[in-house]
Amino acid sequence: MSEKIGNVWVFIEQEGGKIADVSLELVCKGHELAKRLGVKTEAVLLGNKIRHCVDTLYHYGCDTVYLAEDKHLEPFTVLPYAKVIMDLIKEHKPNILLFGATLKGRELAPRVASEKLAGLTADCTDLQIDDFDDKVNKKFYKNKLMQIRPAFGGNIIATIVNTWDDPQMVTVREGVMKMTEPDKSRKGKLVEVKPSLSKEETIVKVIERVSKEKNVNLKGAQIIVAGGYGVGSKENFKLIYELAEALGGQVGASRAAVDAGWIDHDHQVGQTGVTVRPKLYIACGISGSIQHRAGMQEAKRIIAINSDPDAPILSVAHYGIVGDLNDIIPKMIKAYKSKV
Amino acid sequence: MSFTIIVFVKQVPDTQNITGEAMKADGTVNRAALPAIFNPEDLNALELALQLKDRYGAKVVVGTMGPPNAAEVLRDALYRGADEAVLLTDRNFAGADTLATSYALSCCAKKIGKFDLILCGRQAIDGDTAQVGPQLAEKLKIPQISYIEEVISLDKHKVKARRAIEGGYEILETPVPAMLTVIDSNDPRPPAAKKIMKFKKAITRSELVKAHAGANYTDAEALAEEEENLKTKNLWINEWNASSVDADPQRIGLAGSPTKVKKIESVVLTAADFKKIEANEQGINGLIHELIQDHTLG
Repeated sequence: MSEKIGNVWVFIEQEGGKIADVSLELVCKGHELAKRLGVKTEAVLLGNKIRHCVDTLYHYGCDTVYLAEDKHLEPFTVLPYAKVIMDLIKEHKPNILLFGATLKGRELAPRVASEKLAGLTADCTDLQIDDFDDKVNKKFYKNKLMQIRPAFGGNIIATIVNTWDDPQMVTVREGVMKMTEPDKSRKGKLVEVKPSLSKEETIVKVIERVSKEKNVNLKGAQIIVAGGYGVGSKENFKLIYELAEALGGQVGASRAAVDAGWIDHDHQVGQTGVTVRPKLYIACGISGSIQHRAGMQEAKRIIAINSDPDAPILSVAHYGIVGDLNDIIPKMIKAYKSKV
Repeated sequence: MSFTIIVFVKQVPDTQNITGEAMKADGTVNRAALPAIFNPEDLNALELALQLKDRYGAKVVVGTMGPPNAAEVLRDALYRGADEAVLLTDRNFAGADTLATSYALSCCAKKIGKFDLILCGRQAIDGDTAQVGPQLAEKLKIPQISYIEEVISLDKHKVKARRAIEGGYEILETPVPAMLTVIDSNDPRPPAAKKIMKFKKAITRSELVKAHAGANYTDAEALAEEEENLKTKNLWINEWNASSVDADPQRIGLAGSPTKVKKIESVVLTAADFKKIEANEQGINGLIHELIQDHTLG
């Protein structure tokens, strides 16, 4: 095995020239994996008029940025992006290729993996380098990417390995990889790529695009007060808002509360919402399905307020208060206001 | 003007309602104890196809890859209004990851023949990968649009649809044939009583053979006759295997799957340093005090 292995690549997702947090998280993780393998960390940045993003990528740990600018790459559509990435893979043969498990990442990565005939693991929550001794097929693989993800509705954690040719491809859930401090003095190499796009890749037209600025930033929140079905009504959600406001936090919600129409989907925490890791997570009237717990159990401190002493949320909580949230929340606000 | 719409669906264990009985003593999930259901977003895909059938006239062909008893979801689809059903079943398909699955489905789509649209649910609740739809589109070299909320218009040349994007929506237009994945954005119609009466008799070849074996009746000629009879009554669920869809044995099942599972662990909940707080003023004051002391609260 003297064959030189390829580099670690990160697909950089950007919207309107702003890099997605998950991409920077992946650059940091990719940098760690690359160091372990003794290879470079490289970014693949696609769009139009996005050159200003390049320096940030160096600061977070990229050695190289492949930059492809073309009017067909803005706004994002799958086919031209897949073509440019596929051409780059063929030319440079990366060892690992990371995508964020965002809406974009989850539609783009499979298109690329299918054409490349590469394995792809969705929604990873951890990545490690290790050997894989495949006893069934009597094959030994050195220094492979361990692709770790919850499966089966979050009831099991599977470690998956790509045994075919590189790249080893994964999508990684937002908010699970830690972002390290950028080093503003770090520099890298820019490789400009001329996309060769034909009519075939530009047949899907964007007619209209409506995107509203998210009014909540759960991923960056240090304190989250979240409400579930136990809150009881839309009106009663104002209690959750009051506690969040008092503590200087953001408002989260379980899927049940979102489905009930009490609060917007932007607030949803869990497998089909946002994964968060705040300093403090207060779960009010949330029973704690495995899908919800998957999105919040990494919080440093968890307080669960629930009328049901057997609610599963209590099993991941550090503090449990069994009782009526209509009674408990005002007491918490009062206690906090009198202490500070 | 009539369209052909293929809907690929999956029968899945009901992972969203896992109860105590479904967990084994060692903490792993007992799949056999979980009820098998129609994957929820595949029902949304079927509903979208049926709405297009109502609006424009279409033949809706529903297909699934799975064990022989996955014919259950196909009958369910017929009860709701699908016109034809295909069961893709073969032991050699077992152990397929998303790449091998999408290859097998692409072979199935080719055998079904000319189509205008393929609809799939965005993802299945047992794997949550959302990969098979896009990979199937790539295998067929057709365009894909994921996260569809509604189809605005469809004609013989193009489809225009609205889909979810991060924090908003987008209206896209693509030439057909195309593959669309559908999210939970409509209310699937329930099975119709009349259709249940009719299609509960719809069966696959395996089911026909089994029924006859039970009656100790295995005459090939009689079987063929019964098959013809069911076909004329539109009660025949096509059952195809790897060779009948011309699938390359090296690209299906375990052999066709680049990803291997190294390890599976069950999730064990860890109640780290749990503290019960009394729901009275004293208890809550103490909690807030503690959190301010350790700088959790500023």
